[in-house]
Formats: sequence, C-alpha cells, structure tokens
Amino acid sequence: MEAMTERDNAEKRMDEIMGRLLRTGVILAAAFVFAGGVVYVVRHPEPVTDYRVFQGEPEELRTVPGIIHEAMALHGRGLIQFGLLILIATPIARVAFSVVAFLYQRDWTYVAVTLVVFGLLIYSLLGSGG
Amino acid sequence: MNTLEFTAVVGLGGLVAGFLGALTGLGGGVVIVPLLTVVFGVDIHYAIGAALVSVIATSSGAAAAYVREGYSNVRVGMFLEIATTIGALVGAALILHLRVSIISIIFGGVLLYSAYASMTEHTHSGANGGPDRIATWLKMDSTYPTANGMESYHVRGVSQGFVLMFVAGVLSGLLGIGSGAVKVLAMDKAMKLPFKVSTTTSNFMIGVTAAAGAGVYLRRGYIDPGLAMPVMLGVLAGSLIGARVLAVAKVKVLRIVFSGVIAVLAAEMIYNGLK
Repeated sequence: MEAMTERDNAEKRMDEIMGRLLRTGVILAAAFVFAGGVVYVVRHPEPVTDYRVFQGEPEELRTVPGIIHEAMALHGRGLIQFGLLILIATPIARVAFSVVAFLYQRDWTYVAVTLVVFGLLIYSLLGSGG
Repeated sequence: MNTLEFTAVVGLGGLVAGFLGALTGLGGGVVIVPLLTVVFGVDIHYAIGAALVSVIATSSGAAAAYVREGYSNVRVGMFLEIATTIGALVGAALILHLRVSIISIIFGGVLLYSAYASMTEHTHSGANGGPDRIATWLKMDSTYPTANGMESYHVRGVSQGFVLMFVAGVLSGLLGIGSGAVKVLAMDKAMKLPFKVSTTTSNFMIGVTAAAGAGVYLRRGYIDPGLAMPVMLGVLAGSLIGARVLAVAKVKVLRIVFSGVIAVLAAEMIYNGLK
C-alpha cells in the first residue's frame, strides 16, 4: 500500500508538470501566430496564396531551419510558421517529458514505449522526403 | 477579398467551427474542413493542413486541464499512441495516392459517423470485467475520481483497442482531424474504460497523433501560414468559449441541431466528391 501511494504521488506531480507544459506551449504558439499574423496582414494587402489551387509552400516555409531563418528575419509568414512549429513541438515535448518521468519511476516498459512514440514523431518532422 | 477581409472571415469561420466542435464533442478540426472546402472553395490539402494544426491547439489546451483532474490514463494513452502515430504516418502517405474526390468522400463518411455517434445516447453497461493478461502486464489498471471517491477499474481488449487506434491514426493523418470519435470507440467499447476516462485519454492522445501528421504536412507544404493563422486562432478561441458554455448550460437540443447542420455539410462533401 505504501508503495502504491508513492507511485500515485509521483504520477500526480508528473500530471501537473505535463499540464503546465501543454498550456505554456499553446499560449506561446498562439502569441507567435498572432504577432506574425499582424505583420503579414499589414505587409501583404492581397493574399499571397491562391487557396483554390494547391501549389504547396516554398522551401523556406517547409523545413525547420528555413522557418527559423524566416522568423529571425521577422517576416510575417515566417513568424506564423514558427508559432505553428512550437505548436507541433508541444506534444513532442510532452512525450519527451514522459520518457524522463518513466525513467525516474524505473518503469522500463514505458520508457521503451514512450521512446518509440518519440522516435516516430521526430521522424515525422525531420524525416527525409515528403 | 483583400488579406484583412480574408483573415477576418476565415477567423470567424474558425471561431464558429471551434464553438460547434466543442459543443457537439466532434472537435473544431473536423468542422473547419467542410467549411473551408464547401463554403470558401479552398483546396482540401490547404484545408486539412490548417485543420490539423488547430486540432493540436485545442486538444493540448483541453488536455492541460483534464490531465490535472486525474481522469486520463497516461499509460493507456502512451501505449496506444504507438498505434496512432504509425497510423498517422500511413494516413499522410496515403494522401499522395488517393484522388481528392475519394478523400472528400471518406471525409464526409467519417464526419457523418461522428455526428451520428455524438447524437446517440451513451450506453455504457458499466459492468467492468476482471483483469486482462496484457493489460496487467502493461500496468494499465488504474483508478479515477467519482462521486463516491476514487474507484478502480480494469482495462480489457488491449489488442482490439490497438487495432482500432491504428485506424483512428490513419484517418487523422489522411483527413487532418483528431479522430476523437474512433478513439473513444476503441477505449469505451473495446477496452471497457469508464466513459470519462475514455474521453479525456482520447483528448490527451489527439495532440500527439496530430503532431505526427502535421510534421509530414509541414514538410509537404500543406500548411499555409496565411490560412492556418486565422483558422488556428479562431478555432482555439471558439473551442474555449464552447467549453465555457458547456460547463454552465444544458445544451442537449443545441447539440442535436448543430450535429444536424454538420451532417448536411458532410453530405455536401460526399456529393461534391461523387460529382
């Protein structure tokens, strides 16, 4: 019983940190998207993309280094894309945090489980081709 | 339309979609896609790209609140995320091999099913079976808060749930949606989790599944900043307002009406696909 409460307490702490992590990620992402949106609307009186025909985004708005470069240059579309990148990274950070939390609990089965999920997410974001 | 008008109109559309998504329990992503494609004539690739990022925003925002209440089962969620992320990668790969008309028809079908599932009364037997060998090995059995204090429950049907979760992942990656309805089906019906545990754990998983699909979408150029910006901000705001309204008002009639509206949009998507 003693061990059980200890595990429950550890999980409760883990849940709280996880909740805070998710909230921070979403707020930060929304702030970048909003700021980038203001710059974009001010600088481009007419929409850049024709949404009726799919053409795909230019290279610099499709890759992680390209987006960081565009955001550093304070381009509106780059800032929005950077915010969206933070958003995509938020669940990934949550999974990374879970790896550490399960390591701390010495729960090797779930260390393996979370590592597999983490690897799949990194592959999806950085993997070759498209 | 100039940029400001376009942003305002799409942002308002996102707000409505997020609001309806929260009230009906369908999620904002699944409502914004037909709105963008049917009403605004946006190409479905751009539409699902913008929708999937808004799915991450709403599910992460909601999960932040749920996870602290102690309903969601983190072990069940993490284990099943293996199935949903692989599924999402498969779904995103499938887009390249399916015609837009076929994707529209599948989307309409999934949306119709989701609207139907959200309208039918929830009938959980409540009978929780004994322990299950795989679930025990994976330490999935847990407790959740009820009116009578913490209650323990057993998890069952892990392999069945795993297969259903793979399907949910494929649909998420293919259609840019959270697939909440299929996820709840897997946990509620196959794995016999208490209903509140199913819905919150599903929400907890949606963000991770969507992130897997969104990574591929981003690299392929489906995520356009000019469109995703008003969609993401609108859907996020709309779903926050919707959650507030849900907490204070009985919205049973509204839910049925809105689900009906969404069903019409779904039928329109199928019709456009068949044309």
